[in-house]
Amino acid sequence: MTATATPAVKATTATAVARRPRTQLWPALGMIAPAALGFLVFYLYPTLRGAYLSLTEYNVLGSPVFVGLRNYVDMAQDEVFWNAIRVTLLYVVLNIGFQTVLAVGLAVLMHRLTKSVLIRGSLLLPYLIANVVVALLWYWMLDYNIGIVNAVIDAVGLPKVAFFGDEAWTVATIAGVNTWRHLGYTALLVFAGLQMIPASIYEAAAVDGAGEWRTFWRITLPLLRPVLVLVLVITVTGAFQVFDTVAVTTAGGPGNASRVLQLYIYEQAFARGHFGYASAMSVVLFLILAGAAFAQMRLLRAGESDLS
Amino acid sequence: MRTRITWGRVLAWVVLWFFVLATVLPFYWMLRTALSDNHALAAQSFSLLPADLTFGPFERVLGLATPEEAMAEGGSGASLSFWLYLRNSLVVATAVTVGQVLFSSMAAYAFSRLTWPGRDVWFGVFLGALLVPPIFTALPNFLTIKSLGLLNTLPGIMLPSLFMTPFAIFFMRQFFLGIPKEIDEAAMIDGAQPWRIFFRIILPISAAPVTTLGILTFINTWNDYFWPLLVGQTEESKVLTVALGVFRSQTPQGAPDWAGLMAASLVAALPIVILYAVFGRRVINSIGFSGIK
Repeated sequence: MTATATPAVKATTATAVARRPRTQLWPALGMIAPAALGFLVFYLYPTLRGAYLSLTEYNVLGSPVFVGLRNYVDMAQDEVFWNAIRVTLLYVVLNIGFQTVLAVGLAVLMHRLTKSVLIRGSLLLPYLIANVVVALLWYWMLDYNIGIVNAVIDAVGLPKVAFFGDEAWTVATIAGVNTWRHLGYTALLVFAGLQMIPASIYEAAAVDGAGEWRTFWRITLPLLRPVLVLVLVITVTGAFQVFDTVAVTTAGGPGNASRVLQLYIYEQAFARGHFGYASAMSVVLFLILAGAAFAQMRLLRAGESDLS
Repeated sequence: MRTRITWGRVLAWVVLWFFVLATVLPFYWMLRTALSDNHALAAQSFSLLPADLTFGPFERVLGLATPEEAMAEGGSGASLSFWLYLRNSLVVATAVTVGQVLFSSMAAYAFSRLTWPGRDVWFGVFLGALLVPPIFTALPNFLTIKSLGLLNTLPGIMLPSLFMTPFAIFFMRQFFLGIPKEIDEAAMIDGAQPWRIFFRIILPISAAPVTTLGILTFINTWNDYFWPLLVGQTEESKVLTVALGVFRSQTPQGAPDWAGLMAASLVAALPIVILYAVFGRRVINSIGFSGIK
């Protein structure tokens, strides 16, 4: 039995070994096919088409009419567009500012105090809930007349605040709501970065007699820089595309006070039928995002780590 | 580690607990309001317990109350097709999760464990799609879905994310790269072909990352608002998030139906909360991965 089987086994092994270096092109193509279809139809093609549409006048009903750079010229003279840029920038600065500072503080607290999954789990909860739900929840809690926040403000004797209705407060309010939603997520990203810093560095600092405060500024923060760049790129990119919260609460008002860029793009495309103009604005948003990511990489010297 | 009790440590704990409470208490407030009577809310805006405890808001939202009862409680008379929206959200999120995880895993397998010319270049091209912001592709994709005749259909909502996302491929590829090469080689010597190896060996031993990716995909799809808002506007094709946005503006003159809104929000968030209660640790542990690696 063994005597007759051995040559056969040897033969199959030999062919298998001989076949291995050959490429597995056909199975690979088969396995990539669905993803490639999705990539070509819903990522690559729309990217090219979006760039082309930005050079056209198009109201979805007829066919696009090529107008060159006219949309971009119009944009330069569009007050509402410039206002949307200002509002979006203000939102991004407020949101990312609050969020990053608080998240680093929170992550350091968790890192130094506890490994509790329950605490990390509760902090992440808002991030898992839909933007729409979060927006409605805070719209209710910040209601001028019967919201709990104004009830507390009133009780301590301060004047009530029309959080969503007062031009001076709207953007800050929306930034605050989204800070609440993203804080836990951002803190966990930073926390993951903190865990990569070797404990020996902290021990050495403790031996040298460095206090918590000094350790944070001299060791934690510098070593965290590569992680912070990543966190910033992720959160800034998201913040520039704020839409859900604004659409559900103020719809851009009062006046244009919270008309952020993505909301304006949406309105131009779907309420006014200016698809070409909306595409041109989304090209600008794309360029802003790419520029912001690039600038952050450069400013914070992403590639270098002080660890090595 | 030193565990000396110092004022600094006490203060640090107090601050940490402040953050935890500030995170969790609003959810309690949502529940408290959802169990309140609309008319009693104004008078008892401070009370920690529900104002005039009632299940009316949930009954209104779930369509168990008659329009007259709903109106009397401060809701709108129009009946909400809540079960329909719930079903739509479930169908969309489930289909996208299954499709995206399966197809992205297949592609990730080809990008990590099969040898073929141009593999790494194409992976780079796929990954490049991460740089394109969703808003940029949303407008042209709307036109594609429209010309396919799929506006206001569930497939129209699903299609763009059904086949892949760059992140899903990247995520699975990272895990596949870590599996020892000998496993495929041994299977190949036994005469198994790549498809068989993928489905019989690689996919089963990757159950943990597949589950994690599945949960993240389900949550993201369930919570998505912008795309379904563009593509699913009819009653038949609305998902929960879109319906919630409309529900807010649907209330008649006067004060909004706050209790009803909070009840609806809670029901909309419930599946995610249950998923999180079951798989929480997995989700939490995946955060470091998605951001840092």
